Formats: sequence, C-alpha cells, structure tokens
Amino acid sequence: MTEASRLIFRHRFSTRLWHWINVITVIVLLMSGLTIFNAHPRLYWGHYGANFDPAWLELPRFPGWATIPSMYNLALARKWHLAFAWIFAFGLLFYMVRSVWNGHFRKDVALSSSEVAPSHLWDDVKKHARLDFHSEDARYNPLQKITYSLVLFVILPAVILTGLTMSPAMNAAWPWLVELFGGRQSARSIHFICAGGIVVFIVVHLLLVVLAGPINEMRSMITGWFKVKGKAL
Amino acid sequence: MTVTRRNLLAGGALGLLAGCDQLGANPSFQSLLGLAEKGNFHIQRALSDRMALAKEFRPDQRSPIFRANGTREPPGPAYAAHKAANFANWRLKVDGLVARPQSISIAQLRAMPQRAQITRHDCVEGWSAIGKWTGVPLKLMLDAAGLMPTARYIVFHCADMMPGEAPYYESIDLVDAHHPQTIMAWALNDEPLPVGNGAPVRLRVERQLGYKHAKYVERIEAVATLDALHGGKGGYWEDRADYEWYAGI
Repeated sequence: MTEASRLIFRHRFSTRLWHWINVITVIVLLMSGLTIFNAHPRLYWGHYGANFDPAWLELPRFPGWATIPSMYNLALARKWHLAFAWIFAFGLLFYMVRSVWNGHFRKDVALSSSEVAPSHLWDDVKKHARLDFHSEDARYNPLQKITYSLVLFVILPAVILTGLTMSPAMNAAWPWLVELFGGRQSARSIHFICAGGIVVFIVVHLLLVVLAGPINEMRSMITGWFKVKGKAL
Repeated sequence: MTVTRRNLLAGGALGLLAGCDQLGANPSFQSLLGLAEKGNFHIQRALSDRMALAKEFRPDQRSPIFRANGTREPPGPAYAAHKAANFANWRLKVDGLVARPQSISIAQLRAMPQRAQITRHDCVEGWSAIGKWTGVPLKLMLDAAGLMPTARYIVFHCADMMPGEAPYYESIDLVDAHHPQTIMAWALNDEPLPVGNGAPVRLRVERQLGYKHAKYVERIEAVATLDALHGGKGGYWEDRADYEWYAGI
C-alpha cells in the first residue's frame, strides 16, 4: 500500500544557495578556528587574560583531523579564517536582507502566538520524542522555528560581532562593541561558545535530517521540492 | 541507503581535509587568501578614524602579571654588557630617509616629552595583558629627525637575534607611526622596562597585535620600501612564518 504524496516547493533559491555556501564556509571557519584556539587553549572572562590569570576553561589541543591546516600553522589558519569570515558574514547579511524582503522570516520563521503556547510547545516536544517528523504542509514546527531563530538572530550575529572584537584596530574604531561583550577575553570566550553552539546545531540538524528522511530532505535543499503526504491538490 | 550515504559523507569529509591542506599549500590559493588580508587592511583603514585611540584603562584594571613573550633575553655578549651597564651605553638611532639622523641615549629619551598609557596588549595567539607604558611618541622623534617625502615605512631593528637566525625587526606605515599612542616605551608599570619585555626600549603600536611591538629596539629606519630588508615581508614573523604584515586584526 503506498500512501498518496505530492511535491511542494519548500526552499527558495536564496535559502538553498546560502545553505550550501555555509556547508563549506562554516566547516572551514570551525576547523581553522580550532587551530587558532590551539595557539592558546585557555579562555577567560574580562578584558585581559594570559597564562598567569585564572582561566574558566582550559582544553587539551584539538587533534589534526579537526583543524585546518591539519598541522599547527597559526598564520595559515588565520588566513583561512579571516578570508572565509568575509563569505560567511556577507552571506548572512544577504540572506537576511533577502529573507526580510521576500517574507521568508515573517512567513516561515516567525512564531505565532498559538505556537508559543506551552501546550502547543509540549505537544511538539512529545512529537519530536516520538521521532515523528511528518507534517502535512512541510511548514517548520515550533521547536524548529525557535532553534532557527536562536541560530539566525543570536548565535550567528554574536559569532561575527565577537570575531570583529578580536581585532585591536576594530576595538579602537568601534570601542563600544568590545565593551558590549565585557572585554576582549570575554568576547573571545563568547566566540568559542557560539562556535560550540553551531557545532551542536549541525550535529542535531544532521541527525534530524537522517531521521526525517534524508532523501526527501536533501532533495528539498537541492531542488527546493519537498514530498509531503496527502493527495495532490 | 543511508549507510552508503553516510559512508559517502565520511569519505567526503576526509577528502575535504586533505583537500584543504593541498589548497593551503597552493601558491595561487594562498594569494587568493592574501586578497582577503589586503581587503581587511583597506576596509579597516577606510572604516576607522586614522587617529582613533585604543582604549586606555584604569590602573586597577591592569593584569597582575604582564607576561613576557617571544625573546626573554637577547643572547650574546653585546646585550649582556649593555644589561650589566644598566643600558647607559645603549643608543637608539634614527636614520634612513631622514634629514637629521639621531642617536639617542636612554637618559635623553627619558628627558623628552613623554606619554603614559594603560593599554591592552593582544597576542596573535589569543591572550591579552593590560599594562602601563611610558615613552616618547614616535612622531616627535621622527619630526626631530625630519622625514624625507620619499619615506613610506618605519622599520624597527632589534637586538634580539637567536643564534643562527635572522634578527628581529618590524615595520609600520606612516599612519601608525604618527598615531598619538605609538610610542617608544622605556617603562612598564612605572618601572624601567624589564629585560623580558624588551629593555631598554620597545615599540608600542596599540592598534596592532603583539608581534608588531618590536622589543630591544636599537635602530629606527625610515625607508621607501620593505622589499630590500631581510625576507622582504616587513618583519621577522612575516618572513619566517608568513604572518600578516598588517596585524590590526
């Protein structure tokens, strides 16, 4: 018995293009970032922080398979990182402008008041716990919208802005920015925490893609077309 | 199906890693990455006021210990003799494309107009330390020497040379050389500069990373181009490890 299904157009070109550009840039940024972190694998709060100051986090150096380049080379890692940061930052900017312009945020990402009602959210949590990802209209569910909003409007802007504050010249030009994060070493810590948040997002995202039906999900992110249950209209 | 796909992804990830190393070693890809470096320099200069000051902190915001990094003490008998004499015979020369070459003792340096600033030192490795620096604005020294119109860069020649290696040197452009916080510092936290931090005199160029802040400076040279100096990239780490010449980021 085959269930009736139909294809609906789910992802616009700008969304799909940005997604696949990010697959490359975010991986390069994360891995070159780990090389930069390896140069001084300690994190502090406040304006200063060096070897004699107490670190809130001290990690062993990340192994070569997780870094770009695979051998420790801070100068080359910085070149990778600072070049791909441009693609990443302007990619986000263009995507955001396009998504406001074409209504993507308003129609697909913004949460309605009924969606944030505790009972609705709880239903969605239970649905996720049952690994039930089927929907009739391929619209994002509330947990998905909350996650995407957190990533789009909090983590990604924060990782870019804290990245800017690593620059002593930018700190002289825009002194308010580094103050906003509580000092350069706090900003460096937040930069690392945001990068960790992005890694968690990627892992959960890939897991859910596999659980929800990888072929359908991949097709929709490549061609835009997503298969849903139900008869053709 | 998912298994093969996953294998494909894993294989792809390994391929990506090897590919990144190959790309990173490729000269044309390196020059592509270098474009971003030049872009960073020009955009930062375009976005910011050339005279924008680095933040200056309160005395109680200083690091309890200002760590020394890089050379802790230049090797060799010449520096040891200077250190034994408390740097009384040290001379800071200003020459190159200048009208009136100078040779300044540390005592003379301390008698010149001073600037004191409590600033944050940011190492390329990621750590920061805050300390108070006292010294003579570089602009005053360059004005005294009279820069020629052909001078484009200021080079700092240092006494730290590890056996068998090229001497440490650094360079900045005239925008940074004329910046009010760019000083030739002889004191850290109101004490004469410790040997580990560059005694008797070092550069402070507050809007750039730590490796630009040349220690143990013996000679300030005005030049038209950096090409003829050592490796031609304008600094020890730039020549040796391909660090960016512009270290504002």
